[in-house]
Amino acid sequence: MNDSATQIVQQVRERTISVSEVVEQSLTRIAGEGARLNAFITTCEELSRRRAWQIDQEVAAGIGLDRPLLGVPVAVKDNICVASAPTTCGSQMLADWMPPYTAMTVRRMLAAGAILVGKTNLDEFGMGSSGEYSRFGPTLNPVQDELSPGGSSSGSAAAVGAGMVPLALGSDTGGSIRQPASFCDVMGFRPTYGAVSRYGLAAFASSMDQVGPLARTANDLRLALEVIAGSDENDMTAVAGLEAPQRAAEGARYEFAVVKESLEAPVTESVAAVVKAALARLVAAGHRVEEVSLPFGEDALAAYYLIAAAEASSNLARYDGVRYGYRAERVETLLEMYERSRGEALGDEVKRRILLGTHALSAGYVDEFYNRATAARQRAAEQFRSVFEQADFVVMPTAPSEPFRRGEYAEDPSAMYAADLLTVPASLAGLPAVSVPFGSRDENLPVGVQVIGQRWEDYRVLEVAQILEDLR
Amino acid sequence: MSASELQPVIGLEIHAQLATESKIFCGCANSYGQPPNSVTCPVCLGLPGALPVLNEAAVRLAAQVIVAFGGMVAERSAFARKNYFYPDLPKGYQITQYDRPLGTGGEVAYVDEDGDWRCCRLQRVHLEEDAGKLLHDATHKTKVDYNRCGAPLAEIVTEPELASPQAAASVVRSIRQALRYLDVCEGDMEKGQLRCDANISIRRPDGTLSANRTEVKNLNSFKAIERALQREMERQRGLVAAGETVEQATLYYDERSGEVGTMRTKEQAPDYRYFPEPDIPELVVDERWLWEVTQDLPLLPRDRERQMSRLFGIRDYDCRVLCAERVLANYAERVMERARDSQAAANWLSNVLLAEVEIGRGELDPIGIPPDYIAHLVDAVTAGEVSNAGARQVLAEMLSASRSGRRVESPERVIDRLRLAVIDSEEELLRVVETVIEAHPEQVALYRRGKAALFTFFVGQVMAATKGRADVQLTRRLLEQRLNEEEK
Repeated sequence: MNDSATQIVQQVRERTISVSEVVEQSLTRIAGEGARLNAFITTCEELSRRRAWQIDQEVAAGIGLDRPLLGVPVAVKDNICVASAPTTCGSQMLADWMPPYTAMTVRRMLAAGAILVGKTNLDEFGMGSSGEYSRFGPTLNPVQDELSPGGSSSGSAAAVGAGMVPLALGSDTGGSIRQPASFCDVMGFRPTYGAVSRYGLAAFASSMDQVGPLARTANDLRLALEVIAGSDENDMTAVAGLEAPQRAAEGARYEFAVVKESLEAPVTESVAAVVKAALARLVAAGHRVEEVSLPFGEDALAAYYLIAAAEASSNLARYDGVRYGYRAERVETLLEMYERSRGEALGDEVKRRILLGTHALSAGYVDEFYNRATAARQRAAEQFRSVFEQADFVVMPTAPSEPFRRGEYAEDPSAMYAADLLTVPASLAGLPAVSVPFGSRDENLPVGVQVIGQRWEDYRVLEVAQILEDLR
Repeated sequence: MSASELQPVIGLEIHAQLATESKIFCGCANSYGQPPNSVTCPVCLGLPGALPVLNEAAVRLAAQVIVAFGGMVAERSAFARKNYFYPDLPKGYQITQYDRPLGTGGEVAYVDEDGDWRCCRLQRVHLEEDAGKLLHDATHKTKVDYNRCGAPLAEIVTEPELASPQAAASVVRSIRQALRYLDVCEGDMEKGQLRCDANISIRRPDGTLSANRTEVKNLNSFKAIERALQREMERQRGLVAAGETVEQATLYYDERSGEVGTMRTKEQAPDYRYFPEPDIPELVVDERWLWEVTQDLPLLPRDRERQMSRLFGIRDYDCRVLCAERVLANYAERVMERARDSQAAANWLSNVLLAEVEIGRGELDPIGIPPDYIAHLVDAVTAGEVSNAGARQVLAEMLSASRSGRRVESPERVIDRLRLAVIDSEEELLRVVETVIEAHPEQVALYRRGKAALFTFFVGQVMAATKGRADVQLTRRLLEQRLNEEEK
């Protein structure tokens, strides 16, 4: 199934294909390649077949043909709640948990005619950059099995990359959509913080979590964003702030600022070369590219990990074995119930971040860690602002390297954290950012070019994704 | 240095449940007494992915409290997370306001031991969510009821400046009264609608403060506030007088034994790891909105008393009694406006009416008994048209009609129907007097032989025969006339 969502909608409207056929193709691919790559935690065969049949009836009756995602099979990361399926967050803690409600983003996708075919694998609670930290086993990279698919939206990236679905939802806190998109050779978009409702997304770091789409074309990203974006009365941070989607005037010329430091070590030469090639094509197409210095590098990475861990330590406190989720058996005291339930059901990486975050907020340390990190976060936002006074977009690689091998960082978590070096700045500043594949898949070298825009200019960022897609 | 020279320094933290329709961060009803866990939703249960949405009504009521106490409502304030584990706290953190509260400053007027008004300054007023409730059953199992989870609370913090446990209790009473005046909190301490923590330290005669203070948690009645603080004050005085150190600690009060015990010491104090709540944007209070929601605030008790005194010239004591509740003050003023004698009306309201009705349970609703009925009844008593006992009967009749939903008749009609009017016709009373004299020849003979004390017997007989309606003065005169006449 290599059609884009846009093409599927077109074909369904023209009745050259039935939704049931589309969904069967998707389910077949999920059962085969999907199972091999371990991209899904839950598949919704029965539900999606029933829904496909229903939409086919509607199409036959001419009902709701204008729905923007009519008949499109979609996959949703398993930290986004759907009432009819378990939502595990990739954790033993929620292995059997069924949410009583559906996330706003999913509701909007379904209302737009999409069909949910399954819930995708992820690093536990969104914490990880390799797709390996899941209670349900690691996800493999569709480009090559030995490679990491990136994370934490590993299953969504793999599902789109392997053609199981044209479109998937992921969540991006410090790069969890963009980095796996880069590794799996697909497009991934992180919207402006607040552009998309977080209602129904199990929180990791609330001040940075955003739901966003992964797809194989820029146009599909735009299509998905139009459906999921907007204010939500269930989420005070979600506001209708996006500028209206518009096609740029023919031959629009933009000013790109490429971050000098992002093309130097520790970023690999091969990655830098791919980004430089993309920039060269932009210049050839008449755009201007200027080099800027944004030396937030290591500072931003540290700030990100402190803030995200601090918020995670609070957000994950609810998993205590009292009301839902895993509870240790044969406990004698309340404290023992807490300790053993959390100890047994949360993975090492999750525990590591809870410990780090708890420490960063503790009396006597909060100034040195959390408060300093908050200040660094503000500096990163300032630096972006000053660049945007001269340039329309900031360009960097998405990840400092091509996909690493699975297991490469098993013994060195902080080296793995460095995989987020180039994605965390946009997260800290709440900016929209897209990863566009520009490497060579044939040489097993998927590399994403990251384009970051100003707040609320999401559609312009996606327009640049389209430009890059056309130049590839 | 004797212990009695050591003054306590007391500060209070009062948690008031705001009487909003729905909870502070979700649409669940903010109601008491429902079956356990029946008033919950993903938000107040802290399910994964659920997010808080601030209820404007909670902000409105808190803003009214702040403005009524003369404090400042911050144009920009913020919520924070207070992190700790407890089964009644579903998210593992409480959403509260920490370094940027909604309200700062202001003062609460309270009545001191001499009955005079004094002021206690307020430090801050902030918004937060309530936790659930643990229910321990006989089998040593603990259950949790999350209905209360997310009920809106205003936390009112006073400056540490109260110098006695009695003053502390009085401040809580005044705050409760003010909240009821403002209609923002019912203030039922038994239901936990108003809860109090107090901190206490000792000031030496030279003005220096003891190094540490202790905090007594969960003082949930006025008696508990006074007794617990008395205990703790004496304990600290003893330590300071002996030159020992008071250890910083959190204490609890056991209502049954009257003892104060240690909940945790300084070493065991939890680290709440406060940080800004990322799910709720900065709270921006629009100036115009603030003006609209606070422009019609009622006078608080102290000022209401002064107004009542000025308008009706009644005794201060009656003003205090009649201003205990706003509904009562409203009602009393309407009665006094209509009665011929304000002081008589005030007396009657505080001595008779208040003995019969429970204020604040809807009983003084003006449609119950129209205030002019009470005014007419008081006028009738003043004019001697009905006896005090008769008037009480009229009131009882009107109350019973109002309580059972019947139409309340005017006092004139009730007096008429129950034949309660005073008999002041000489002709009519004389007939009764004569009947009584004829019926008691022995007593008449004894009286006439000099047993003057029997006179009250005859008055009693006349009253009994008239069911208390006989005009006393007239009865006495007629009895004297008739008993002495025959002697000649």
